[in-house]
Amino acid sequence: MREIEYREAIKEACIEEMDRNPKVFLLGEDIGVYGGAFRAYKGLLEKYGPERVVNTPISEQAILGGAIGAALTGYRPVAEIMFVDFCTLAMDQIVNQAAKINFMTGDALHVPMVLRTQGGSGTGIAAQHSQSLESWFYHIPGLKVVMPATPYDVKGLLKTAIRDNDPVIFIEHKTIYLNKGPVPEEEYTIPFGVADIKREGSDVTIFAYSAMLLKALAAAEELAREGISCEVIDPRTLVPLDTDALINSVKKTNKLIVVSEAVERGSVASDILAIVNDKAFDFLDAPVKRVCGLNSAIPYNSKLEKACVPTKENIMQAVKGML
Amino acid sequence: MGKISKEMQIEMLKKITEIRRFEERTVQYYQKSKIWGYLHPYIGEEAVAVGACMALKKEDYIISTHRGHGHAIAKGADFNKMMAELFGKSTGYCKGRGGSMHIADTELGMLGANGIVGGGLPISVGAGLSCKMEKKGRVIICFFGDGAANNGVFHEALNMSAVFKLPVIYICENNLYAISMCARESVAGNDIAARAKGYGIPGYKADGSDVIAMYEAVEKAVDYARKGNGPSLIEAETYRFLGHHPNDPALYRPKGEAEDEKKNRDCLKNFKEKLIEDKVITEEQFSEMEKEIEKRIDAAVEFAENSPEPELDKFLERVAINQ
Ligand SMILES: Cc1ncc(C[n+]2csc(CCOP(=O)(O)OP(=O)(O)O)c2C)c(N)n1
Ligand SMILES: [Mg+2]
Repeated sequence: MREIEYREAIKEACIEEMDRNPKVFLLGEDIGVYGGAFRAYKGLLEKYGPERVVNTPISEQAILGGAIGAALTGYRPVAEIMFVDFCTLAMDQIVNQAAKINFMTGDALHVPMVLRTQGGSGTGIAAQHSQSLESWFYHIPGLKVVMPATPYDVKGLLKTAIRDNDPVIFIEHKTIYLNKGPVPEEEYTIPFGVADIKREGSDVTIFAYSAMLLKALAAAEELAREGISCEVIDPRTLVPLDTDALINSVKKTNKLIVVSEAVERGSVASDILAIVNDKAFDFLDAPVKRVCGLNSAIPYNSKLEKACVPTKENIMQAVKGML
Repeated sequence: MGKISKEMQIEMLKKITEIRRFEERTVQYYQKSKIWGYLHPYIGEEAVAVGACMALKKEDYIISTHRGHGHAIAKGADFNKMMAELFGKSTGYCKGRGGSMHIADTELGMLGANGIVGGGLPISVGAGLSCKMEKKGRVIICFFGDGAANNGVFHEALNMSAVFKLPVIYICENNLYAISMCARESVAGNDIAARAKGYGIPGYKADGSDVIAMYEAVEKAVDYARKGNGPSLIEAETYRFLGHHPNDPALYRPKGEAEDEKKNRDCLKNFKEKLIEDKVITEEQFSEMEKEIEKRIDAAVEFAENSPEPELDKFLERVAINQ
């Protein structure tokens, strides 16, 4: 199969959906000639023109409010917030508006919009540009939360997100845009709420998503050489969450490690612990272990920055500590 | 400019030169990966910060932006601590935690650069309030970009400072671009200074390439604020000589625009030539001054190179205590 970059997969998803449905359009900062901060939209302005590739001022509230309004009136906007950190400037639009409009109006209105953004650390851009804020959105009923780790997943899930009738928070990771991976030429979509077993194994289950999935896979690979068999499960969508796949894997390995880059306190990882405690406690041979980000902001210095988020070694250590 | 003494003019030229040479050096070290993450050079805009800060007293405040090195230097920041911070060292302004976008110096009343566009605008309201409550006649300059003027926080900050008559001088550095977005296409009305009218406060433009013009404009606003009349809005017409960051070739700008600006509106070249023509300084004296500045920057680089990295243990201790 051909291999393409994560960011090319994003572009292909947009192109296919824009060609399929004239109501789909893009908006966000620097998405015109600049092609987006990570160049995922390179060439799209030339292809679709400024009416469907809407380059906006630095107005996060109006970008997301704009997406909601367009969604309420028949369009399918894909709004880009350059960094997940800047969603904070528009939380009302996300939390009180987009997430609740369908509920509050008794299903009279739908908000078929996608908020595309990216998060995570690893590039030395410090505390206000490196956060992992998925648990904020995860916490809010009415939002779907998608965090794809591979080119294949990002394409299939973005297409599904654009076709979804409700608001989808689509969070990419800044360190993986140039990663290449197999993506078929033929069209495909990936349904929400279906986890992917990225590696089968029998000793321990590792639950990981976004860039941490790649670290978990690297850890599993190295552990395999030492004779330890890890099953790596990628939820791909945090909301809806494929609880069955998670529980089934735990039933098989009887051990679970949850890996996440986000600050541990109040995290999605903590919630996974609670879910497994509720639904599969009897199958556990050991307490579930979290390998998460420190309860800290992300520093500039690379050494300190690396210390704030899980490494491959941290994951391997956790696995070994459990056996 | 009768009342601007020769000494002051020389000081202005010196500060402009300091910023220019310091910024050139940071770009070089960025290219050598001694500095990483995001770096936003202030080259071309020096006269704005220098003219503005010359109109302040030491005890006055400033609040800065992601493009903040020039503001810090104009307020008197220490080269050593700045360079060490950019090198991610423990001796830096932020102990290596902040990097380029978060330099602050409380002793100088420099309340911090900011990674969030417009982030300083609402904070200036609070600093303005405290200046007013303290009744010592202090003022604060809030620097922000043309891009920030399109964010909702601009309206809230200006409105609130205006109704409370706070001693804040809003200086919009209109360098025509917010990353790739041209102000001509993103600023409704294409006149940021004119927005002051809506808040019932003084608003005017100043030539940001002319340090004397900047000084006079800001001095007027400072005087107005100290007398308890409230805020002013100054739109400094300036230009970013380089791309948004060192790796941005700025291809989105019309051909010849940057060349024209560099040729005709270089605040360093123009002011230097003027002072030589006015016999305020000789060519020799200027190159002496330049040499002395280069030496201080060399020393700062050496200081940064030889400074220790932040200690991981200490950092983790802090995380454990402060989480
Ligand atoms: C709230 C927010 N939105 C977007 C960004 C990304 N960003 C960083 S700098 C910048 C452009 C800022 O333009 P302007 O205010 O004109 O300042 P300049 O860079 O020209 O000095 C953008 C969009 C950000 N840091 N914060
Ligand atoms: Mg600008």
